[in-house]
Order: sequence, then C-alpha cells, then structure tokens
Amino acid sequence: MASSTPLVEMKNISIAFGGIHAVDNASVHLHAGEVVALLGHNGAGKSTLIKILSGAYKRDAGTIFVNGEEAQISNPRDAKKYGIETIYQTLALADNVDAAANVFLGRELRTRWGTLDDVAMESETRKVMGRLNPRFQRFKEPVMRLSGGQRQSVAIARAIYFDARILIMDEPTAALGPQETQQVSELVRQLKSEGIGIFLISHDIHDVFGLADRVVVMKNGQVVGTARTEDVTEDEVLGMIILGKCPAGAIPGPGALSSTPAAA
Amino acid sequence: MSEATSQAPADSARESTLGPFARFLKATELDTRMLGMIGALIIIWIGFDILSGGLFLTPRNLWNLSVQSASVAIMSTGMVLVIVTRNIDLSVGSILGFVGMVMGVTQTAFLPGILGFGHPATWILALGVGLLTGLLIGGLHGYIIAYLKVPAFIVTLGGLLVWRGAAWWVTSGRTVAPMDQTFRLMGGGPQGAIGSTWSWIVGILACAALVLLLVAGRNQRRRFKFPLRPIWAEAFLASVGCAIILAAVAVANSYPWPSGIVRRYAQENNITLPEGGLFIAHGIAIPVLIAVGVGVVMTFIATRTRFGRYVFAIGGNPEAAELAGINTRWVLMKIFMLMGVLAAIGAAISTARLNAATNAQGTLDELLVIAAAVIGGTSLSGGVGTIAGAMIGAILMQSLASGMILLGVDTPLQNIVVGVVLVIAVWLDTVYRSRLQ
Repeated sequence: MASSTPLVEMKNISIAFGGIHAVDNASVHLHAGEVVALLGHNGAGKSTLIKILSGAYKRDAGTIFVNGEEAQISNPRDAKKYGIETIYQTLALADNVDAAANVFLGRELRTRWGTLDDVAMESETRKVMGRLNPRFQRFKEPVMRLSGGQRQSVAIARAIYFDARILIMDEPTAALGPQETQQVSELVRQLKSEGIGIFLISHDIHDVFGLADRVVVMKNGQVVGTARTEDVTEDEVLGMIILGKCPAGAIPGPGALSSTPAAA
Repeated sequence: MSEATSQAPADSARESTLGPFARFLKATELDTRMLGMIGALIIIWIGFDILSGGLFLTPRNLWNLSVQSASVAIMSTGMVLVIVTRNIDLSVGSILGFVGMVMGVTQTAFLPGILGFGHPATWILALGVGLLTGLLIGGLHGYIIAYLKVPAFIVTLGGLLVWRGAAWWVTSGRTVAPMDQTFRLMGGGPQGAIGSTWSWIVGILACAALVLLLVAGRNQRRRFKFPLRPIWAEAFLASVGCAIILAAVAVANSYPWPSGIVRRYAQENNITLPEGGLFIAHGIAIPVLIAVGVGVVMTFIATRTRFGRYVFAIGGNPEAAELAGINTRWVLMKIFMLMGVLAAIGAAISTARLNAATNAQGTLDELLVIAAAVIGGTSLSGGVGTIAGAMIGAILMQSLASGMILLGVDTPLQNIVVGVVLVIAVWLDTVYRSRLQ
C-alpha cells in the first residue's frame, strides 16, 4: 500500500486565525482502503486541518494532492467534486427540513422540468438509510425531532450516498451510546473494505486505536508524529498526544519534542 | 442508531388510539396550524359581522377587503423568505413609495413625451421600469447584506430612510396623477375586475388545477410505492378546495357595480336601463388575481425549486448550508432582489388603486408586511414559514383594520388592538410550537 500513490496527500499546510497558527506546516497522507486516525487534544488543530481538506477553510500555505495530482479546493463544492465527503462533528444538518432534504442538500435530484423531485429523493434516502439504520421510519419529520443516533445516521447517509472515495469523520461517535458506536465501527470496516480512504478524527484514542491502520498525532497545530498502529502501543500514542514525545516506532513530525533525538 | 428500534410498532400502536379528529388530520395531512389560523379568521369575520349588524360579511365589504389586502399580501410572501433566512427587511414600505413615484413619473412625464399621450404600451413600460427599479434596489440591499456583511436590520433601516427621502426627491414632494388608463386596472375598481363570466372561468380552471395536482401527487407516490392518502381524504380535500374557490367567485360575482357607473356604462353602450336597474357584477378584482398568482408562484418557488430549498436550509442552519456547498451569499442576494420586485408589484397596485403616486405611499407598510408574515407562522428565529400562512396573515390584519373602521373605532384604538393582536398571535404560536416538540 505504502508504495502506491496516496489517495490524498496534504503537504506543508498552514492556516492562521488572527495571528494564532491553528495548523502549522502539517503534512498527512491517506491511501485507498486505509483508515488514518488524527489524534490530539481539543484545539490541537485536527478539525482545522481536516476542514481545509473538506473545503470549509481556505489554507494560507501548502498543497493538496488527490491521486498524485494537485487539487484546487477552495470551497466545499470543490472538495465534493474530488469525492471528498465529510461527516462533521456538529453533523451540519439543516434541522428544519427532513432526512431526504438533508441527504441531498446542495445536490438535489430534479425532475425533467427542473423542479425538486422530492419523491425520488425520499425513495433514494429510504434505500441508503435502510442500509445504515433499517428501522428508521421518520422520513417526513424535520431532523430536529430525531434522536442523536438517527441524526448521526442521516449525516453518514449523506456522506456515503454520493460514492465517496475519501471520507472524513470528525468525532463520529462523540454523541453516541456504546451500541451505536459499535455500529459506526462496523460501518468503517465495511467502507474500508470497499477501498474508501478514511480520516477518523478523535480526541479519544481508545475509540479509534482498533480501527485505524495508522495514527497521526497533532499538538499545538503541528504534527508530532505518524505511526502504524502495530508499531506503537496505546501508551506511547498517549505520550505523543500529551507530551509531544515521539516513540521509537513513529516517524516524528515538525511538532515532536526537540529533546527527543530523531528516531528514523 | 438503535433509537429507532421500536419506532415502527410504536407508530402503529399510536394510530389505533387516535381520536376521530386526529385520524382525520392524519389522513388528510392538513396543517393544524393553518387550520387554526383559518379558524381565527372566521371567528374575527363572524364577530365583526355581529357587532356591525351584518355589514361585515357582505359581498361589497369582502370584495373591498380582498382588494385592500392585495398589496401587503404580495409583499408578505417575499418577507417570509427574508425572515426564514433570519433576516429582516424594514425598507419595503419606502421601496414601495419610491418605486410608485418612479412609475408615476414614467407614465405621466417621460413616456407621453416619447410615445405620445395614452399610448397602449405606456402601462407595460411603466410597470417594467418599476419592476426593474425594485429589482435593482433589492439587489443593492442584498449585495450589502450578503457580500459586505452588514446586518440586514441596519441595511434596510438605512433603506427605509434613503428610499423615503428619494421618493420625495423624484418630484420634490409633488403628487403625480392621474395614472395611465390601462395601468389603473391593476388597482381594482369596477373597471379593474374581470366580470362574472371570466371569474367563473378562472374559478373552474383553479378547481381543475387543484384536482390535477392531487391526482399527480397521488400517482407520483404510487410510482415509488409510498403510503397513499385514503381515497375519501383525497375526495374531501378536492371538494372542500373547490367549494372554497367557487364560493369566493360567487361572492365576487354578487357585488354589483354602483348604479352611477352602470348608468354611464349603459349610456356609452346604448343599453336601455330596465326597471330597477341593471345588475353587472364586479367579478374578481385584478389586484386580487395578481396576488393569488404571486402566491402560487412564490409557493412554487419556496417548495418546488432548489432556490426555495436552500432558503429554508440556510434558515435552519446557515453553517450546514455553507458546508453542503450552497452558495449562501448569492441565495441571500436573490432573496432581497425578489423582495424588491414584490415591493414594486405592491407599488403598482397601490398607485393604480389611488390613481396617484405620492411620496408618503406605503409608509409603515413594512410593519404590516412583517406582522402578516409573523402572524402567518413565520418564525423570527428562522427556518419556518409558509407563503399561504403569510397571505392569510395579511388578510387577517386587513380584516381587523376594516372591521374596526366599520364599527367606527378611533384610529389610536385601532392601532392598540392591532398591536395587541400581533403579540397574542405570536404568543399562541410559541405555545403551539412548544407543545408540538
């Protein structure tokens, strides 16, 4: 896998908000069928980095490559053109409209007269929701009346319906109970086996350690290091998150503690 | 995700315990809130009719009521979209005043000089200039709000002052009159109504359209094997809808021309007046037809187009709309352009009705328009509102005003009543919504 061209490569990305370097010279990459977990404290820059990939923020510096070719991503529409779909931590649902309207928001199906084809959209939504959450029946209600888990599945349905090649999941299980978290894990494995590359963002390593092929740890906007999950222990990764200390099994990034001699 | 576990059985269990009225509502899929508003309107109408000794529910009063509501009803449809996106437009009254002056001057000062006096194209050119002016003003407001990010409250508050002042500048405060003969038809009156035959034709066409819509909706749902409404519910909706349409036409057709106008008409057409006078019905007024047309088009825009879907999505969660790839700023600018055009239509109707353009025209209309939208169920916190609700809200406001005039209530007291009703209506709506959650 490592030898092939990465599905996505973000190189030397920087962004600052009013003098604060939210992301500073960060580089990450992702292969097809790979799950990469982005870890770090709240405010470490994980979400910001990933929002640059999804087009929500405009980077100040750096380049993004998709399949080895430089990609122009300056808004969410651009990102979707490259097959990059995002499940945001806030879910980013329009609460006052129903599930189908949310799934197709910005990409509505239309009749041959150019009007909204609500019935077709509901039908497609029933299909994709049937795969994610077979018992879901409340298609006519605004999503604000749905439970946290149901809202989550609407957000996931929106991301996977449009044949995503790259899926970004920002704290996908933060609002979920244990059983629902389990379902999300199964979904991640299934999508991975379909060859989709997945960025998993979390501040809790226990959630993602079993799922991820690699971990990328960020601290203060910089990448502390990258490691294959089989090369490091959870405690070592915890050390990276809390102290910025890079263990022997990891490739250090610009944010690694300078006292640690370069391992590689 | 497992929350839905017991959803399906729970739903069906609930259905069996529903009362007959609730079952009826579920089968017809009628909006209870809208029914409540129509109920309130009927109570107000009957109340005024009793208090005024049978003067309120007469064809004449209802016909006038419909004409008087038209301008505010038209503007309230645009205000729904503005408020749904969590904005406000305080400038519609002033835009109406300014555009009215522009249209007045166009047809009395400019066009006669170019085309000659009384040219048949005068009205359409004047109207076109007015609509374009409204579009540009709305576009300017929208641009400042969406792209320069000045709050809509401030931009349109500025607009309120600017366009009222500009309306004065057009003629240095002079009233412009009279309007072009054809242009005046948009204001209603005996000439500005389509007569009984055409009214029946319009009514029957509207009934046919209603039935077709129901059938098409049913076929579409059957195509995707979705649950259908019971046949009796469909039949009920169709017959009640048609009955309301035809009743409205019948009312418009039982309001005769005043005898003076009938006499003049008879003289011009060499008809000998029979004993007891001639009954010539008004039929539906043209401004009312325009308002209904605007209502249909705006409902279509709000519910059947991408633009409408985006308006509601932005109102529900602006950030989500942006992240979904919607060009939210352009949508916002288009909403204000639409509002400008609707204010221009309102201006055409009110200048035509007055047969004059004055710089004070439409003063305080913005408040009536906002009140109509809000009484009609548009939520100031965004994301919720219907076009039909706002139009009913406009009729409700106008009913209160004209009912109190019939009863001879003093103007200050009228304002007090309208203000109190507005607050109570929104309070009731808040209670209703919190019960619903």
